[in-house]
Amino acid sequence: MIDDSLTQLPKKRFKIINLIWLIVLIAGLFISINVTNTHISVLFENFSQFSDIFVQMANPDWSYFPTVIPLLLETIKMAVLGTIIGSALAFVYSLLIARNIIKNKLVTGVLRFIMNIIRTIPDLLLGAIFVAIVGIGPVAGILALSVFTFGVVVKLFYEAIETIDPGPIEALTAVGANKLQIICFAILPQVMTYFISYSLYAFEINVRASTVLGYIGAGGIGLYLQQTLQVFDYAKTGTIILVIIVVVVLIDYISSKSREALMK
Amino acid sequence: MTDSAIEPMIELRNVKKVYDKKVVGLKKVNLTINKGEFVVVVGLSGAGKSTLLRSINRLIDVTEGDILIDGKSITKARGKKLRLLRRNIGMIFQNFNLVKRSSVLRNVLAGRVAYYPTWKTIFNLFTKEDKERAYEALKQVDLADKVYARADELSGGQQQRVAIARVLMQNPKVILADEPTASLDPQTSLKVMEDLKMLNEKHGMTVIANLHSVELARKFGQRVIGIRAGEIIYDGKMSATPESVFTKIYNGGEEDD
Repeated sequence: MIDDSLTQLPKKRFKIINLIWLIVLIAGLFISINVTNTHISVLFENFSQFSDIFVQMANPDWSYFPTVIPLLLETIKMAVLGTIIGSALAFVYSLLIARNIIKNKLVTGVLRFIMNIIRTIPDLLLGAIFVAIVGIGPVAGILALSVFTFGVVVKLFYEAIETIDPGPIEALTAVGANKLQIICFAILPQVMTYFISYSLYAFEINVRASTVLGYIGAGGIGLYLQQTLQVFDYAKTGTIILVIIVVVVLIDYISSKSREALMK
Repeated sequence: MTDSAIEPMIELRNVKKVYDKKVVGLKKVNLTINKGEFVVVVGLSGAGKSTLLRSINRLIDVTEGDILIDGKSITKARGKKLRLLRRNIGMIFQNFNLVKRSSVLRNVLAGRVAYYPTWKTIFNLFTKEDKERAYEALKQVDLADKVYARADELSGGQQQRVAIARVLMQNPKVILADEPTASLDPQTSLKVMEDLKMLNEKHGMTVIANLHSVELARKFGQRVIGIRAGEIIYDGKMSATPESVFTKIYNGGEEDD
């Protein structure tokens, strides 16, 4: 005999815990609104001012364009150098923390801990730290971007190394190869494209990050961004923003296209 | 071959391997393999065939006992000494273990790295002579036209033959073949086994092959070693081995004869 209760779709059981979570979430939302004094009205109170600024920015001051170019180039140079230095460091470091290369868990553990600390520092804070150390200028920006790139690339790259096919490592070990030869012949051919791809990805982020680094004195176009905003010269700010958008979109496009081609 | 030429190539003395302090891989194995022999090792999956082979070139460290390669202990060797001993032992794998994104030529040259100082291999400074030798090796396995192809463009059988060319390049005294035909179809398997036979007869390399196929074992082995549960339960000349031995190895000796 067929059990009658199973011929129909059984009702999903109501779970009291889900309701409790919902109440907690809504309560949390209201408490945060009250504590931080965030009211949606604040946004609309100054809305006329916002549209005002927007109109001014939408009519960029093109005579300002030639002044912007040198700092724009400096920004890109900072991004390029930061990417190269950071990626190179990440390359070596990744080899030292991949557990299929270094078997000593103490070594990899300590090095990974250091890596995780470095990764937690946001790029603007890095910029501020390096401005304090080496002074105002693009060198501080390059150093900040190097450390930032390192953090991005090292994590992705060591994970890529750990997922490779272990077969070739075994084969090279059997041939009598030493560690460096194993890395060179069995590991790098499997991960080089990933490394290049991750470095390009870091470069995309760096171009964007480097545009604001100037804000804190770490070189690049951000300096003009800050200056024009301070004197409410929104037409000039508009020029800068437009130029940045064009460059970022262009670089993102080229970079992602080349990454696609690499992975084939 | 005259009997006076018999010299031990590999000697296992009381070799024991225990995995994770519980699972026994090998139990007190004593075995001598002579120069120039073509030995096939048969047994069920998990019987310890792979463990036996991998102990010989120390891809696995044994728990107890000693293994001598041409009179030198590999179990006690460290660093450069170990690498030089390994250089004399080629290995063929079930999954070929080629670097798929590298060219066939580079895969074959990889067999030679232990003959070079590290920095030369890093900068790819192989001698012209060795590149010629790699090409020769590929000719011997009928893959001369694939020299610049990427390894992943080749079929399974072709990849295994590239692996054989890599062993030729390594020019070892011993070849360990761990299920070399397990992922290949019957015709390709035969071709790969013929290549191993060529290495044995033409280049005088000692071959030890783990095989699943009794048919291939019968066709190519001169000496057969049967393994069950980490122990050698049969060791004899192939020509003098009755069919019942294989039944016994594969069926756990349950038949009554």
